[in-house]
Amino acid sequence: MKVLITGISGKLGRLVALSLIERGHKILGVDRRPWPGSPDGVEMYNADIRKRPAEDVFRTQRPDAVIHMATVSHFESHAEERYRINLKGTQAVFDNCHKYSVERCIFVGRHTYYGAAPDSPLYHTEDDPPEAISTFPELADLVAADLYAGSALWRYPELKTTVLRMCYTLGPSHHGTLAQFLRGERVPTVLGFDPLYQFLHEKDAASAVTAALCEGSPGVFNVSGPQPVPLSVLIQVTGRANWRIPEPLFNSMLGRFGLPRLPPGAINHVKFPVVVDSEPFQKDTGFQYSYDEVRAMEAFANM
Amino acid sequence: MSLLIDDEIYERVSRLDIPFNRYGLDPYGISRDHLGFFFTSLGWFYRNYFNVTAIGLEHIPKREGAFIIGNHSGGIPVDAGMVLTSLVLDLDPPRLGHAMVEKFANKLPFLSQYYSRFGQFTGIPEHAKRFLREGRLVVAFPEGVRGIGKLYSERYQLTRFGTGFMRIALEAGVPVVPFAFVGGEEAYPVISRLEGIGKLVGAPFIPVPRHIVPVPVPISCQIIYGEPMYFEGDGSEADEVIFGYVAQVKAKVASLIEEGRELRRELFSGDIVLDEDDV
Repeated sequence: MKVLITGISGKLGRLVALSLIERGHKILGVDRRPWPGSPDGVEMYNADIRKRPAEDVFRTQRPDAVIHMATVSHFESHAEERYRINLKGTQAVFDNCHKYSVERCIFVGRHTYYGAAPDSPLYHTEDDPPEAISTFPELADLVAADLYAGSALWRYPELKTTVLRMCYTLGPSHHGTLAQFLRGERVPTVLGFDPLYQFLHEKDAASAVTAALCEGSPGVFNVSGPQPVPLSVLIQVTGRANWRIPEPLFNSMLGRFGLPRLPPGAINHVKFPVVVDSEPFQKDTGFQYSYDEVRAMEAFANM
Repeated sequence: MSLLIDDEIYERVSRLDIPFNRYGLDPYGISRDHLGFFFTSLGWFYRNYFNVTAIGLEHIPKREGAFIIGNHSGGIPVDAGMVLTSLVLDLDPPRLGHAMVEKFANKLPFLSQYYSRFGQFTGIPEHAKRFLREGRLVVAFPEGVRGIGKLYSERYQLTRFGTGFMRIALEAGVPVVPFAFVGGEEAYPVISRLEGIGKLVGAPFIPVPRHIVPVPVPISCQIIYGEPMYFEGDGSEADEVIFGYVAQVKAKVASLIEEGRELRRELFSGDIVLDEDDV
């Protein structure tokens, strides 16, 4: 199978590409960033997914399947840029999939779609609404991209679309939203709150995406692995210092004293958990994680 | 921490049917150590302060899920804590009940954090359904906040029962185990509800007891569990059917309350600690 991967130069993109090559697939990589030393079996195209050169890859190479993971978070880009990449980029990818008769498309989204609020349930099912729009307004572009990707299920029924709402990833690469949050020696938490955090080892995350493509059905699926752990345990096991900040001071402390910079809406995600139920995905694909929560944290801490 | 955890209680907590990981945490973030501390503290109240007697614990399923439904008793909900404690201290094998917590609690610092570690989550249908499907015990007070602020003159009169629990029990296919909690109304007799001050701290109101200081006085309490009640249906029934089922549960709780008050009269041989005239 010829698989086009957008955002291939990211950590997860590379891992997915490697695991698909191992299974004997041919990979086309589209990214604005280079992948120095990309392995044989990967054809790299230095292009922006919203631009003509990316469409040319669809037209000339005719991929059978597309894995779309060229999305960015608030750690990497400003609001306007996020809308351009996350929403407009997703639109361009699905338009191209339709135009060039791609058979299968996997959109790799995020579990933070569900948002975190005092009355939101633990273990979200796929039916739960995207509360992130109100609890964490800076995630609206990702929520929109997720819903837009999901709409391909009825707009382009011949394109078998899968939307993955994947929990955080952790691993030796230190890439990803959670890794960015834990990057410094000090991690800010809100005094009196200790939410559960759910994450997968990055290798497991890559094999989940591979499983979705090779074994999975179209639809919307939560993806998670081992059981979640409280933020305080995560901070302790990864060898960070837990800075418990009273809520009124939280936002003004961010970006100082070596604490990460977070958008104002992030506070809800530091107070309350976002935890998903991924049983349907496991049943559909047979996906099993191989790193439990302890090994995933250690893999991150020991680098 | 270990000084604050009773060995016997910790042993019972360790026997709970909960899959703790190597940090002593389950998939909901419930913590073995926190439970040890929680039930050590509540256990002292259960055994020494309120001297609780639990009757009919044999009606609690040993392994399967059940909805444990009863009355609120007293101005501050010591009833929930004592019911949960009876399931750990006096039931064999011990079981953890998950009380459906009023929404405001999760907004408050510390309460939010500790309730989660103790396995007490916000009372939303998603949580109740999930726990029941997994064969756990869910404890709920269908009177809700309406039942907490009962004035002493209204003691042991049940307020309107919500019906959500019945649909959830039917959908999950679990029985309802009714119970009555008696004694709380004497331990915390409410003479007034301060709504303004309550709003300030995010609570619906502050119940003022007759003895002014907002802590319950040490008065013996009783919990009487009734036989499990099974109902026909899958939760999609018409309201009239559900109302009928709920009325049966409410009537059962009311009769258990009478049983409990009778028991109290025998225990104190007519010497009820508080009289109507005292208020």
